[in-house]
Amino acid sequence: MRYGMAIDTKKCVGCSDCVVACQTENNIEHGYARDWITETIEGIYPSMELEFRSERCNHCENTPCVRTCPTGASHIIEGGIVKVTHSECIGCGACIESCPYDARYFHTEGWVDKCTFCDHRVANGQDPACVSVCPTYCMYFGDLDDKNSQVSKIIATRKWKVLAPEAGTKPQIFYLT
Amino acid sequence: MKEELIVSGRMNLNIDPVLHVWHWQIPLYLFLGGLAAGVLFFAALYFIRNESEKYQTAVKIAPIIAPIAIVLGLIALLLDLKHKLYFWQLYTTIRLDSPMSWGAWVLMLITPLSIIWVATYLKEIFPKIELKKGFFGKLFSFVFKHDDNEKVNWDWKYKWISDFEKLMINNRKTLAWLLLISSVILGVYTGILLSAFNARPLWNNAILGPLFLVSGLSTGAASIMWLSKNHEEQKLFSKIDILLIVIELFFITHLFMGFLAGPEVQIEAAKLFFGGEFTIYFGLFVVILGLIMPAIFEVLELNGYRVHVAIPALLILFGGLLFRFVMVEAGQITRYLY
Repeated sequence: MRYGMAIDTKKCVGCSDCVVACQTENNIEHGYARDWITETIEGIYPSMELEFRSERCNHCENTPCVRTCPTGASHIIEGGIVKVTHSECIGCGACIESCPYDARYFHTEGWVDKCTFCDHRVANGQDPACVSVCPTYCMYFGDLDDKNSQVSKIIATRKWKVLAPEAGTKPQIFYLT
Repeated sequence: MKEELIVSGRMNLNIDPVLHVWHWQIPLYLFLGGLAAGVLFFAALYFIRNESEKYQTAVKIAPIIAPIAIVLGLIALLLDLKHKLYFWQLYTTIRLDSPMSWGAWVLMLITPLSIIWVATYLKEIFPKIELKKGFFGKLFSFVFKHDDNEKVNWDWKYKWISDFEKLMINNRKTLAWLLLISSVILGVYTGILLSAFNARPLWNNAILGPLFLVSGLSTGAASIMWLSKNHEEQKLFSKIDILLIVIELFFITHLFMGFLAGPEVQIEAAKLFFGGEFTIYFGLFVVILGLIMPAIFEVLELNGYRVHVAIPALLILFGGLLFRFVMVEAGQITRYLY
């Protein structure tokens, strides 16, 4: 079992619905966000390209955050989802410093918070909140080890990229280009 | 042209707009840890070389700095934690992959060791103490014998303490070896702590560990030099300091050679120091004022010019402190771009 996500940058319009869905589903404190939209503009007028990406923790295969955590609070659960045990986290910030994607932050109670791939929904066979609300259906979630899953099929047929592959983290979120 | 913007209004505290998770506490701790490591390294080294009478300041007096520096550093570390009451979780596990876990355990070893080392020499440094009434007198009277005049002397009240003291004094050689090894680990760890973060290109290089170790040793040597009243000892540590400064400059050159020959993100990191916002702090204050100037003063002094010993020592300590602030601040700005 290896959960992953594919996000179609050709369909994404940057509406931020995924951000609001996450904040609502996970009761994110006011002023914080576990996912966000990045806009990339490339080129010189008139030949310019625009890309929207819905970004979050990449639930990497090679996790610098889990490696540098001094207490083992950052850990990987079944399906490769990276999570933080609140009662083991001392709030030292090592995982935040080690994340190339800036996907983590301090919860106001002190422990480190991040995207959980909505593991409470996934355990019931549902998609993460961000995926299920997307109005353009640009996000696909599923088991990368299962060749017949929707996400495996789409990354087998479409061109894709991952973010900062040179950081060596092997991200599990694939951006279809 | 390429422009990247977060358009969903993300404004996570300490993360946006620029990552700034570690504030003054971490660089201050890195400095104090390096200073303690340096002082303890020389104490242990000259004890093992059987020169504790010749270099009394290094072996007996200067180590007093170490436990004070470590305790202040630990307070700074605790202040840095955002989930403070859970700090003990550090000691429920040993994680070999995590430099911070190494650091926590080394501190667990070196803190009591340094206190014991200093305590076994207190009677030699202060042969007589006469504390009458008052706070310290009362405090001392808990563990030391005292007569009706409330005079306190160095005789322990409890036998097991004096037995323990004798045991430690008889085993100073073992203590010294333990201190030597753990001080090197402590000194290197202050650098490795940063270099383990591959997401921060400025930190992610192999020379940072040795560089922080040498810098820590040089602040230690400078403190010994400053405290020493013996001219021969001052001269020795002045020479050691010059050597360490040369090594440090050599490492710093290598650090930036590595960056400039590296990938784009490391070239960007180096630019912060060549024309970027840290140019003055690093070039003028750390390299010129904190390394080159004290080296010049020390060479002048060795050649017979009279320079007050406090000047090079203070400059080195100041340079070491600022170096850590610059590295921690600048490192958090550097990142992978995508």
